[in-house]
Amino acid sequence: MKQKHGRWYTAVQALRTRLLRSRCLTATLAALTSLLAGCSELVLFNPKGPVGEIERFIILTAFALMLVVVLPVIAMAVWFTRRYRIGGGKEHEYLPKWSYSRNIELAIWLIPTVIVTALVALIWNSTYRLDPYTPIESTAKPVIIEAVSLDWKWLFIYPEENIAVVNELVFPSGVPLAFRLTSDTVMTSFFIPQLGSQIYAMAGMQTQLHLLAHNPGSYFGQNQQFSGTGYAHMTFEALATSPEEYSAWLDKLRQSPEALDMGRYEKLAKPTSGYPVTYFSSVAPDLFNLIIGKHCPKHEPEDSPGPRDQREPEDGSRAMRGEYSFKP
Amino acid sequence: MFGKLSLAAVPYHDPIAMSAVVGSILLGIAVVALITYYRKWTYLWTEWLTSVDHKRIGIMYIVVAAVMLLRGISDAILMRGQQAVAVGMSQGFLPPDHFNQIFSAHGTIMIIFVAMPFLSGLMNIVVPPQIGARDVAFPFLNSLSFWLTVAGGLLVMLSLGLGEFTKAGWSGYTPLTEMQYSPGTGVDYWLWAFQIAGMGSLLTSINFIVTIMRMRTPGMKLFHMPLFVWNSLCTSILILFAFPVLTAALAMLSLDRYLGMHFFGTTHGANTMMYVNLFWMWGHPEVYIVILPAFGVFSEVTATYSGKPLFGYTSMVWSTIAITVLSFAVWVHHFFTMGAGPDVNLFFGVATMIIAVPTGLKIFTWLLTMYRGFVRFDSPMFWTVGFITTFVIGGMTGVMLAAPPADFVLHNSLFLIAHFHNVLIPGALFGYFAGFTYWFPKAMGFRLNEKWGKRAFWGWLIGFYLAFMPLYFLGFMGMPRRMAHYANEAWHPLLLVAALGTAAISFGLLSQIIQMYVSIRDRHVSRDLTGDPWNGRTLEWATASPPPVYNFARIPEVHGRDPFIEMKEQGTAYQRPEKYEDIHMPKNTACGFILGMAAFVLGFALIWYIWWLAVVSVLAMLVTIVVRAYDDDIHYILPAAVVERTENERFRRLAAAGGPASPPFPRS
Ligand SMILES: [Cu+2]
Repeated sequence: MKQKHGRWYTAVQALRTRLLRSRCLTATLAALTSLLAGCSELVLFNPKGPVGEIERFIILTAFALMLVVVLPVIAMAVWFTRRYRIGGGKEHEYLPKWSYSRNIELAIWLIPTVIVTALVALIWNSTYRLDPYTPIESTAKPVIIEAVSLDWKWLFIYPEENIAVVNELVFPSGVPLAFRLTSDTVMTSFFIPQLGSQIYAMAGMQTQLHLLAHNPGSYFGQNQQFSGTGYAHMTFEALATSPEEYSAWLDKLRQSPEALDMGRYEKLAKPTSGYPVTYFSSVAPDLFNLIIGKHCPKHEPEDSPGPRDQREPEDGSRAMRGEYSFKP
Repeated sequence: MFGKLSLAAVPYHDPIAMSAVVGSILLGIAVVALITYYRKWTYLWTEWLTSVDHKRIGIMYIVVAAVMLLRGISDAILMRGQQAVAVGMSQGFLPPDHFNQIFSAHGTIMIIFVAMPFLSGLMNIVVPPQIGARDVAFPFLNSLSFWLTVAGGLLVMLSLGLGEFTKAGWSGYTPLTEMQYSPGTGVDYWLWAFQIAGMGSLLTSINFIVTIMRMRTPGMKLFHMPLFVWNSLCTSILILFAFPVLTAALAMLSLDRYLGMHFFGTTHGANTMMYVNLFWMWGHPEVYIVILPAFGVFSEVTATYSGKPLFGYTSMVWSTIAITVLSFAVWVHHFFTMGAGPDVNLFFGVATMIIAVPTGLKIFTWLLTMYRGFVRFDSPMFWTVGFITTFVIGGMTGVMLAAPPADFVLHNSLFLIAHFHNVLIPGALFGYFAGFTYWFPKAMGFRLNEKWGKRAFWGWLIGFYLAFMPLYFLGFMGMPRRMAHYANEAWHPLLLVAALGTAAISFGLLSQIIQMYVSIRDRHVSRDLTGDPWNGRTLEWATASPPPVYNFARIPEVHGRDPFIEMKEQGTAYQRPEKYEDIHMPKNTACGFILGMAAFVLGFALIWYIWWLAVVSVLAMLVTIVVRAYDDDIHYILPAAVVERTENERFRRLAAAGGPASPPFPRS
């Protein structure tokens, strides 16, 4: 659906375009990026996938834009302190009654307004583009992974392969990952910093997340939402592999003697921390939806309740996403 | 008989908790012994505990805030200490359950029992004299508010030695705080401490809205009010609208926990996300509730110490009003990652960014107030300039978090922790400290020691940068908040720096304690005989320091902003009235104290399931309320002769001091 946008929207778009073309900003960004990427421990500045890359761009651009106000403010504070303090040396004019200037007041309303408008322009499209529910465009067929947070471990179910694994996530690089998440305990947040976005996992509900790793590598993953005693140990290794390694890994899992039937699952769900990596060669049918159903009896698989409607938006947001491709 | 309470509730096995308990008990015994030794119990009871005088209540609020600040900082030291060592094989000195209690207590204490009482204390001391009033609108309610806050604070302190405090974070997210996941007494301590103190804040807000709207001195229009009064008004309005949401959320959580209902659990149609929404519907305005009074302080301090009126008064007022309104439309930025759609996230992201406009304006306004002034750099100005230069960084990182895509990676990381400390420490605490130093002579009659005041400032400022700048980088390194232990060695060095920062902040705090000692020791030298030690601009400086119980012998009349400057210029500042009149004053009452203590007992009984005691305390409250309601003898008349004597004494002191202070800067 084609949308008519108001004048306000068009203005924001124009500003955004100008912003992104600004040579000064580009240079600053390039300098910042290379500086920060120099320290490989700053994982958010060394993203390994498209989601994290855009997020890095947003963080750095917002930072650079705001320096436009922040630096002058700090400079003014230092300068005025030196200049106008009693005993500050130099003679200066004293205006004991001066408290109003229409032009200056106008300016101090306008300066922050302009910066904020630029920032709004910056986040407008990317908020849609980076909606965690939006699949990543790719020719490869996505790998579907169902993530369940337990006390205090992560269970990953690969429904297409009918296998499951605890506290380890292995996936082929270059292939989109489509996560469906829920929790069989309190609220948690699934996060692999180097790949980008996190999302909450909540009992009786399903959330979604889409990620992709460009290259093979080992990244750390964790729970980012405090969840009680064993929270600090709710970490896992996220391993992006070549397709061959991935099929080898799947084969290894299929050989595993353990099967994740309901009885085994109940045992697994008991609170433990530091649970070892465990492979399951088979999974009870529809386990993920059963876990949601535990908390939400009326739940039917096709209509998984979530923080928002699961159906794809038919117009509006989707059209907007297609129409304005966002290239950092 | 004793519900869930038994001797097993005392944490004998935990040396850290036990030393805190023993320390607190010893300190308590020492205080009691000193009061007894000096035979001050009657004085304490009649002049302070039962007082309805806003100045006394204000001082008591700040004493509570100071005591709780010590506790809050001790928690911070333990947390930073733990994270400085608990890496790799080392588990540190705190088991996770203890660490979790500590960070939960730290958050609860700093927001509810340091910031709230501190700002209530400043409002109490400053607002009535700034609007030329003799007291607040409801003096008894004021006393009740204070004692409810104390009741909440006592519950938090009690949890140290009896049972445990919540292990679920200060924000108490469900379902973790539901019975199923947190069966202990900790969450109940948190719940009732929050709830009871919240009631106190709600009553305070009503009191101050009525006071400011109805009790301004003749001639003082709304747009004549000092900025601190404006900010107090906006804070009170925020409290009035925000706290009931918290009250309701906590009440529903209580129903879940006590009666097995299903508001916020995971089953039976409960909605966990609703709690998170309600909590932040209160929680975001709460940020502005604690910050606005500090903004008010900065406005007063900058104008006074620059020897100029505040620049852009009208813009400043409107920006405060804009913040008040906008702060109710941004709460979702605390959970962009909960799976709401991009439309919702974008709306709240943009609304959050828009708040940066009025806030940015304020910063420029303070700077322009200094422009072409003669700025006296006493410690309140140190806090102010330290605030401006530091707060802008916090504002900047706040806007970064307001961008949903950036928040997706920064949320719940140490970046977030750095951000909100970067807003609250300079934005609220520095402001309170500036206000504390600025109005201390007004409340106590003597000045604070400047040397130690400046040392305290440097300790806090340097400590702040050391403690929190590394956390921004740790956020970029992917470190989540609230980790009792971590395996990633790369995070370790920066956490060591942060721990060092805590040491510097402790030095700042220690300097403040020494400052208090030195100032009290030297009080005869630094006495403020004029009532106007800083060449003040507003009415609170037009009366003695400390002000007499009635504040003003004759209610001043004003014609514009900065009325006291005008009076001084026209030579009417220290005029004696031809004739003094009788003054009606509210009588002190023990009812506020009794109700507060009954609320404490009620909270205690509910926490430990001692139902008979709960019933008894509710009955005690009802009886007190009825007795108070039927008491018609709540005023007394201060005879004109006494007023005259008091005022004469003041003018004698003024003359002894060589007349009113002259402005310490040249006039052009
Ligand atoms: Cu907020």
